[in-house]
Amino acid sequence: MGRTYNIIKYLCLLAWATFVVFPFLWALSTSFKDANAVTSGARYIPWLEFEPSVEGWTSLFASGSRGINIVTPFMNSASVTLLASIVSLGLGTLAAYGLSRFSYKAGFIKNSDITFFFISQRIMPPIVLAIPFFLMLKEIQALDTIFGLVIVYVALLLPIAVWVMTDFFASIPKELDEMAMIDGCTPIGAFFRVVLPNSTAGLVVAGMFCLIFGWNDFFFAFILTFTETQLLPVAIVSLNSSVTPWWSLSAFALISVTPLALIAIVVERFMSRGSLAGAFR
Amino acid sequence: MLTLKNLSTAHRKRPLHNLSANLESGKIYTILGRTGAGKTELLRTVMGLDDISDGRLELDGQDLVKRPVRKRQMSMVYQQFINYPHLTVLKNVAFPLRRQGQSVSDANERALAALKLVGLAGFEDRMPAELSGGQQQRVAIARAIVKKARILLMDEPLANLDYKLREKLREEFPRLLAQNADGIILYSTTEPAEAMQLGHEMIVMHEGRILAKAAPEEIFEMPATVEVAKLISDPPVSIVDGTIVDGKLLLGGTALHSITDLKLPKDGSVQVGIRPDALSVGGDTPAKVVLAEFSGSDTIVHLSLEFGAAVMLVEGIHEFTPDQTISVSLDTSSLLIFSAEGENITERHSDG
Repeated sequence: MGRTYNIIKYLCLLAWATFVVFPFLWALSTSFKDANAVTSGARYIPWLEFEPSVEGWTSLFASGSRGINIVTPFMNSASVTLLASIVSLGLGTLAAYGLSRFSYKAGFIKNSDITFFFISQRIMPPIVLAIPFFLMLKEIQALDTIFGLVIVYVALLLPIAVWVMTDFFASIPKELDEMAMIDGCTPIGAFFRVVLPNSTAGLVVAGMFCLIFGWNDFFFAFILTFTETQLLPVAIVSLNSSVTPWWSLSAFALISVTPLALIAIVVERFMSRGSLAGAFR
Repeated sequence: MLTLKNLSTAHRKRPLHNLSANLESGKIYTILGRTGAGKTELLRTVMGLDDISDGRLELDGQDLVKRPVRKRQMSMVYQQFINYPHLTVLKNVAFPLRRQGQSVSDANERALAALKLVGLAGFEDRMPAELSGGQQQRVAIARAIVKKARILLMDEPLANLDYKLREKLREEFPRLLAQNADGIILYSTTEPAEAMQLGHEMIVMHEGRILAKAAPEEIFEMPATVEVAKLISDPPVSIVDGTIVDGKLLLGGTALHSITDLKLPKDGSVQVGIRPDALSVGGDTPAKVVLAEFSGSDTIVHLSLEFGAAVMLVEGIHEFTPDQTISVSLDTSSLLIFSAEGENITERHSDG
């Protein structure tokens, strides 16, 4: 019984792992193919099934008509995502702390309504926001600029930061802040000296969400930019033309995934809530 | 002196109602009450963590209400072991001193002395999570006493510790609290023995009100009301209905003839408090055992008597089975007499 269960369990896990990992392996394999290898049927193993070529990778950094400029969109994406994530995390953390520790009331509006207001911005379909954003950026002459995109991305990422951090702060006993104030801190001092240093796990999770959503956004990057400020997702899609260079596109996609994967590996160890151990019993 | 003048709060669950008391420097006040009596709310209000809805709170005649928490010259030990998880034990204890502007070396020196006092010398570089529950609470106590605050508030600091540790820390408390000998110490607890042992004065609370405030032995000897009588001992004083007829006390139709040292009130209904040690095995009063439990080296027997339910404390471990019928005797010298409304009207001949 136990052995059969284990076999079924591991078969299921293997099937799921294959489903998840296969697209990456496919992209990796394709990035080392040339035009012939791509169009001559399903082949996956280099040297055995096809002769590997690095053209897909070199073309990303080559200049001239055969070259694809990856550096500029990469840097644009990095700038927009990092700036927007930092601003969102900063503002979101402060807002979340306020919502988790103080009671606000304006007419019928209370803390839970304010939190829902933040979240509701993510409930709306992006297309609803696209036209107002476009018009507003046009008005302040920020269309097709890093600045304009950062503003829009902050509006999109802030709800995520507020949501995650509100939930996280709710798990930190308020007696910890009270103790800091009893020990001589101002409310702001208690936040910076005691609450924030114990919020690493929440900040990492919120930060990761911001980076992922910001880095992978295609819709707003597509609507609000033209030629000056192209971001990675748009640049990847723009490779798709009458003759799609699947090898370059695969290499491009792998490069675009790499930063998030590296960050996830580095910050994974902070993503446990164990940092609060010893605060409260 | 800390003064509470008709102090009330609008706390959603456990509001305080019209509390008045003068608390003098150099004294330990133990606050005794059941869970939900308002003890924590009182401490939090004094600390400034919860708002006052009415009344005044003064320290040496100065209004405290508008003073921010950090400027109240108070420290607090929570029931939960609250420590800063990202700081070492030494930095935890030095934290309030550093906030006062003391240099790192001075703060560390005083923190080390406080840690030595609570028996944690050698643990300076540990993180709170690496300590046992008892040690974590010692860190919290060290941080509270290192400030030498005017007012030290302790909210059931032993409640979350196991029995042995509780006993040990309770024995150490008089020595530890001597650090704040010039200050006012408010110590809340649900355990009568703890309240009696530690307090110079005891404040008995129930449903957000102060029922009594006096020396522990005074409250124990002469509890002001039925509710106080129920709270001041464990096992509690049993309250049964009685009647005074022709100058005799009747419990359930049986007249108690042996009462010699009580001045009984005039005829009418009364409530009678029977201390758990006033009942003993052997005698002519039949009783049925409802439940027997062991507490340390004593046996607590819940009895059903003709005149009502009562608890008997028997020294030593004895076997009693539910529904067993036994004979008991009642020592009437320690009976407490309350009016039908619950006010203590006990008068003893020796009272003069």
